[in-house]
Amino acid sequence: MLGAKIIVPLVLIAIIGWSSLFTVDQREYAILFRFQEIQRSDYEPGLHFMIPVVNTVLKFPKRLMYLESEPGRFLTKEKKDVIVDSFVKWKIEDVETFYKRTRGDETIARELLFQQINDSLRGEFGKRTVQEVVAGHRGDVTDIVTAAVREKGYGLGVRVVDVRTKRINLPEEVSSAVYDRMRAERDRVARQLRSEGAEAAERIRAAADRDRTVILAEAYRTAEQTRGEGDAKSAETYAGGYGRNEEFYSFYRSLNAYKKSFGKNQDILLLDPTSDFFNYFKTPANR
Amino acid sequence: MAWNEPGGGKDRDPWGNRRREGGPPDLDEVIRKLQAKLKGLFGGGTGGGGGPAGGAPGRGTWAGITLILVIVMAWNMMYVVQAQEQGIVFRFGAYVASLAPGLNVRWPRPIERVELVNVEQTRSIAHHASILTKDENIIDVEFTVFYRVKDVEDYSFNVIGPDRTVEQATESTIRAVIGKNDMDFVLTAGRGEIANQIQVGIQKLLDTYQAGMIVTSVNMQAAKPPEEVKSAFDDAIKAREDEQRQINEAETYRNDIIPKARGSAARVLADSHAYKSRVTAEAEGDASRFVQLLVEYEKAPQITRERLYLEAMESVLSNAPKVLMDTEGGNNLVYLPLDKLFEHRANVNPPAVVTESNALPEPEPLVSERDLPERDERRIRRTR
Repeated sequence: MLGAKIIVPLVLIAIIGWSSLFTVDQREYAILFRFQEIQRSDYEPGLHFMIPVVNTVLKFPKRLMYLESEPGRFLTKEKKDVIVDSFVKWKIEDVETFYKRTRGDETIARELLFQQINDSLRGEFGKRTVQEVVAGHRGDVTDIVTAAVREKGYGLGVRVVDVRTKRINLPEEVSSAVYDRMRAERDRVARQLRSEGAEAAERIRAAADRDRTVILAEAYRTAEQTRGEGDAKSAETYAGGYGRNEEFYSFYRSLNAYKKSFGKNQDILLLDPTSDFFNYFKTPANR
Repeated sequence: MAWNEPGGGKDRDPWGNRRREGGPPDLDEVIRKLQAKLKGLFGGGTGGGGGPAGGAPGRGTWAGITLILVIVMAWNMMYVVQAQEQGIVFRFGAYVASLAPGLNVRWPRPIERVELVNVEQTRSIAHHASILTKDENIIDVEFTVFYRVKDVEDYSFNVIGPDRTVEQATESTIRAVIGKNDMDFVLTAGRGEIANQIQVGIQKLLDTYQAGMIVTSVNMQAAKPPEEVKSAFDDAIKAREDEQRQINEAETYRNDIIPKARGSAARVLADSHAYKSRVTAEAEGDASRFVQLLVEYEKAPQITRERLYLEAMESVLSNAPKVLMDTEGGNNLVYLPLDKLFEHRANVNPPAVVTESNALPEPEPLVSERDLPERDERRIRRTR
């Protein structure tokens, strides 16, 4: 009984003490309300006091948050559809303003941000062709949107740190056309390569044939020159030798020619015994 | 206590630690303030723990409860930080210190809270996507990004979802970098450069967000044309091979015929030189022979001439069948069955004396042999 009498007030005191303390995390903002009215919002991280019942505390993240959009169809300058999804990096900068604008509901903030940024992106896409968007010509779309959005903040007490597109893709029906084009292009390349191969091969063969012809012709020329030299030399030699007695040469040469021409087994000679050779054939008398 | 036993060094003494850090005095102060405030609020009265000690439950029970509380508290106060970890300490939510690896003793909850972050472990994310290139082609790429914590405080305090943040940065950077390049470059020459650009790009975004992370490497696992056009791409690659093959074949042809042609040329040249040497030598030989004979002929022209003539005729007539016809007798009609004669010769007497040597134009020696074959002589008479 005595124990209960002591413990009950102690517990009560503990509860009251506990509920009059609150901690603010390193990664949080805190707003202290007095009956729904903002009393203080510039809390440092650590332990703080409040009056139970009278005061309430709401906490908001201080860290960088992200917002990822579902893939959506955007229209480019040349009226082509592209499918884009993006993400936004944002954080609460002025927690009081943020609370006032959104009643502390983060989803409201997200929706507002998403719509504003999506509209900006849509606008920028509409000014560019697909290629300009993809290659980041005329400045990266997201850089421009980020810059624009960062300044505005949309009065939400937030700071948009970054807006980035994650994907910029063509819709399915356009993709197949792209694939067709890619195929055609490859076919073109393939055909060109093969033809160039044939061209190079033909060139090599032709050059080889030419070289062969030239080599053989030059060899022929040199060979004929050499033969000619030989012929000339031999003619000279013959003339030098035989010229010393032309009459005897024709006699000598004739005899050789006879020996060579006749006297083979296949030949049958019909001879007239009146020729010189037969001078002594009929009669041994001295002529 | 356990942590005192093994080392016994001053450094490991928890109480000493506490004193050096200078944290606890703050806490004491906080508690004193708290007490003061409480006193202020409730008009004093409640002495810290004077009352309960004399309460109904026995002393033993209280002692037991106290002991358990002490043990639980002590357990809660010890933090072992692994070698690859770093600890960060929050006191009532406020960051007060970071802990090095080893055993650390901090105030128990709810006063202090410790979070451990693995700073050494390299994490990775794989990203696979179909991406539009600058020349409006579509390629499939696959990247793996390796990263780890660089700054524990930034990592813990600045960004919600650090890993998701790396993924977002990766996705958008890959898209942006691939989008700035042509397909051929991405697929072939630019692979290394692109991975590099992507690493730099992701790091730049992470730094913008002060995410406290560092990208250690980016690997381009694959960059290939989409499945739908793969066959056409393969064919183009094959075409490149075909081109090379055709060239190689042609070169094979060239390497075949050119040496052969050179060989033929060498043969033709050698033949011509051989011819030249031959005709020259023959001419010299013939001329020399003639000149030597001439010298002798000039000494006795008539007799030499006669002898040469007779010997030549002898050589001619001795080797060939012959028909001697004396036409002076008046009868001019003689029947000669030439075809029969030829037949006969072909059958009976195969050519024996024929020495066919074209290498020398005049092979037969002019001075003929003395011993003539008798056989032909006989035949001459018979056929006559």
